[in-house]
Amino acid sequence: MSVLVYLENWEGQFKKNTWEAALYASKTATMQGTEAIGVVIGDINESAEEAGKYGLSKVLHVNDAALASFDANRYAQAFAHLAQENNASTIIISGTFNGKALAPALSIKHNAALLSNVVDLPTNVNPLTVKRGVFSGKGFNDLSSTETNNIVLFVPNSIPLEEGSGAASVESASFASADEKTVVVESIDRVKGKIPLPEAERVVSGGRGLKGPENWTMVEELAEVLEAGTACSKPVSDMDWRPHSEHVGQTGIAIKPNLYIAIGISGAIQHLAGVSASRTIVAINSDAEAPFFKAADYGIVGDAFQVVPKLTEELKKFKAAN
Amino acid sequence: MKVLVCISHVPDTTSKINFTADNSAFDKNGVQFVINPYDEFGLTRAVWFKEKQGAQITVLNVGRAETEPTLRKALAIGADAAIRVDADPSDSFYVAQQIAAVAKEGAYDLIIAGRESIDYNGGQVPGMVASILNFPFVNACVGMEVSDNEASLIREIDGGKEKVKASLPLVIGGQKGLVEEKDLRIPNMRGIMQARSKSLDVRAPQEIAAKTSTGSFTKPAPKSAVKMIDADNVAELVRLLHEEAKVI
Ligand SMILES: Cc1cc2nc3c(=O)[nH]c(=O)nc-3n(C[C@H](O)[C@H](O)[C@H](O)COP(=O)(O)OP(=O)(O)OC[C@H]3O[C@@H](n4cnc5c(N)ncnc54)[C@H](O)[C@@H]3O)c2cc1C
Ligand SMILES: Nc1ncnc2c1ncn2[C@@H]1O[C@H](COP(=O)(O)O)[C@@H](O)[C@H]1O
Repeated sequence: MSVLVYLENWEGQFKKNTWEAALYASKTATMQGTEAIGVVIGDINESAEEAGKYGLSKVLHVNDAALASFDANRYAQAFAHLAQENNASTIIISGTFNGKALAPALSIKHNAALLSNVVDLPTNVNPLTVKRGVFSGKGFNDLSSTETNNIVLFVPNSIPLEEGSGAASVESASFASADEKTVVVESIDRVKGKIPLPEAERVVSGGRGLKGPENWTMVEELAEVLEAGTACSKPVSDMDWRPHSEHVGQTGIAIKPNLYIAIGISGAIQHLAGVSASRTIVAINSDAEAPFFKAADYGIVGDAFQVVPKLTEELKKFKAAN
Repeated sequence: MKVLVCISHVPDTTSKINFTADNSAFDKNGVQFVINPYDEFGLTRAVWFKEKQGAQITVLNVGRAETEPTLRKALAIGADAAIRVDADPSDSFYVAQQIAAVAKEGAYDLIIAGRESIDYNGGQVPGMVASILNFPFVNACVGMEVSDNEASLIREIDGGKEKVKASLPLVIGGQKGLVEEKDLRIPNMRGIMQARSKSLDVRAPQEIAAKTSTGSFTKPAPKSAVKMIDADNVAELVRLLHEEAKVI
């Protein structure tokens, strides 16, 4: 028996997210009394040995032209093959965009139960039981598998990253390609220099209180000192002040950063649904009655146009001193 | 083109969520149900196909009779026919198998589902349906055009977007961007009248065993009271974020 984990890379780079998956898998494997094996797909420009720091002793590297671009069905086929070869009954995947597309397809091919939207390490391994988020942040549910084969799709930022020492051995592996109905990628348009929201540890978010897209410079400046991702409320993206990909909430992206700073956002229930899992929430709003203050850890009543630049200044001072 | 739009019947986004006294289930008392917001975008996109290039739209729900008003609403928005598979949607695998069976029998060219349901937030059903049927699958789909049995699609990825092509039949997990918020259709009186005479076919489910079982439900721990900081003392916030919250 073993646990298999997808070590995703982005244009050849691993991220914190990758190592969170590795750690999640090695902890799960320990609970099951077995070992965890990583799977890397495609060209990488850094070594996968790093996975050893998060408890993996072995990484399988598959570099096959058929997997050059992401396709849910074909990737699922590759994973099902590797799971079979390595006698892996549990597969761990992080809930990135590709992870969320891969997991359901793989659950069919591997004849596995899929436990998704998981917010912590498994609470039991026999039967495999997890805590999952339900009703968009408004509840949790204990979900158990009734199968031997399982896939756990966890929400990024669910477990704290601990770095140990050690290096994993990297072996190349192949997969038997069969005829799968795939999609053909024509072009990729990546926003450069931005931290993707689902994995951002800190997020600075603006709402309609900021009055117009021209006022986002101060949001970006604050995000820059904090090394944070930027987000927005739904009306802001509906009005095209900011791209749709920044819209957080019940109908946007659900995030759980360590720090979420909401500026000029009222705190409507649908907005909170996507951000209330954040560890620490700061609300900055000119209206002392804004509902966001009920959901926040720290609040400042004030005009964002004065408070935000001051906050950026203070953070710069703090950084210089620490 | 035959389009199947999968409709999940979910609590309105403003609903207060409560669980039954023994925490074994979601308490539906006093909750308003709506078409899953992600599915609304897909349904409106399907109506555009119908209007611009011709399409026949069937909406599908796996659920009990209580979901019929939601299906009628979808008919009023512009779907031509509805199917309800009469079963409790016990888990994603179960639902996906039911949808795949309907899709196979009806030989649909395009299966539109939502990226996730806002009740159990599984995000599993469309990908499973695609894999069961061995159809190409595009998740987090924010744009779609179809011509001559081929679709051009745009999907969200971490930190960007990807343009892809796929042949029909195809499954997507859709969201805002398929159409914009302002373009969402709402039922008008004429639509509501017409919906009454459209067919709503109730079918018996396939015999399928679920792969998961749900245990108890809990609510998030209540937040401790907010600490207010004076707008003239922003340095204090920085101190608290560093020393107390330890997030910087
Ligand atoms: C089905 C459905 C789904 C939805 N999904 C989402 C979702 O996923 N995400 C989401 O965000 N919303 C969602 N909404 C919308 C939600 O109900 C609210 O309308 C929205 O969140 C409000 O956005 P806002 O706070 O930016 O704007 P507003 O409600 O207009 O709030 C602006 C805030 O800015 C403050 N302000 C004004 N000027 C200043 C200033 N100078 N300095 C500081 N503060 C100032 C005001 O006091 C106010 O609190 C959804 C709604 C529906 C019906
Ligand atoms: N009971 C159901 N009946 C019909 N479609 C469903 C049902 N449950 C989920 N779906 C579809 O699958 C999508 C994703 O749902 P889920 O995987 O449950 O998050 C939804 O947006 C619907 O399009």
